[in-house]
Amino acid sequence: MHRYANPAQFQRLARAIFPWTTGLAVICLAAGLWFALFASPPDYQQGETVRIMYIHVPSAWMAMFTYTAVAVASAVLLVWKHPLAELAARAMAPVGACFTALCLISGSLWGEPMWGTWWVWDARLTSVLILFFLYLGQIALFNAFDDPTRGGRAAAILALVGVVNVPIIKFSVDWWNTLHQPASVVRLGGPSIDPSMLLPLLLMAFGFTFYFVSVTLIRIRSEILARRLRALQFAQGAAEPAGARRASA
Amino acid sequence: MMEFFAMGGYAAYVWPAYGLAAVILIGVWIASVRSLRARESDVEAAENAHPRRGAGG
Repeated sequence: MHRYANPAQFQRLARAIFPWTTGLAVICLAAGLWFALFASPPDYQQGETVRIMYIHVPSAWMAMFTYTAVAVASAVLLVWKHPLAELAARAMAPVGACFTALCLISGSLWGEPMWGTWWVWDARLTSVLILFFLYLGQIALFNAFDDPTRGGRAAAILALVGVVNVPIIKFSVDWWNTLHQPASVVRLGGPSIDPSMLLPLLLMAFGFTFYFVSVTLIRIRSEILARRLRALQFAQGAAEPAGARRASA
Repeated sequence: MMEFFAMGGYAAYVWPAYGLAAVILIGVWIASVRSLRARESDVEAAENAHPRRGAGG
């Protein structure tokens, strides 16, 4: 793992896997959309609204998966001070916030016709809303300091404190009474969902995951360049004579 | 075909969910690629301004 903390090593690895993850994302999402919209049956209770599930559930999984990935990167940053871990957390947090927003809004669009309400303050919905605010807090902290290293550390601490929310989201439907239905895929005793609906759900979930890996590789590369640019500007600022620096400031 | 777009009367809920997913996934992708391109050209410009200092890591 230490080997990939080196940006040059990382970029070689990223260049090798990027075409594969991008291709698999396109294939999984295209096949997933076909089954989600055309080749799967409407639900016997929920009718056609069940198709919202193929967006809502993968985005909810990715919201939690991304948060866990950010928390792991944050722990690596705080314990081993890997510079690449900070760049990874910085690259992933906004993507996670987008997945969480998609989960909340698609859930609202499903809740209105099926529950008769866009929103309820129950445990599942509220804990996911807190997840969204945790992401926003991290993004704000990353940019709150002139020294990006200090911003990265502050955001990492928030990410680690907030990770307690992830199991709360997962088990909220078991621990509290809620309108939200309990888990039907990741549960003891295997999935209770019909295979004709499980197939599009899994295809979309894999599509979202491969998409996330590809977009994260792009964003980490972008963060590496941003850090390199800061180093170059710092070196050039130090190289210029004091008078020139004052004039340009 | 009309039946498909009607989504059993739930078109107003199903299609916005898919539309928003497309907007978010494609939007994040485009924003990330554009930011990468912009930083690539910034780094190149900074290295060309001071070629000796750009040689290191």
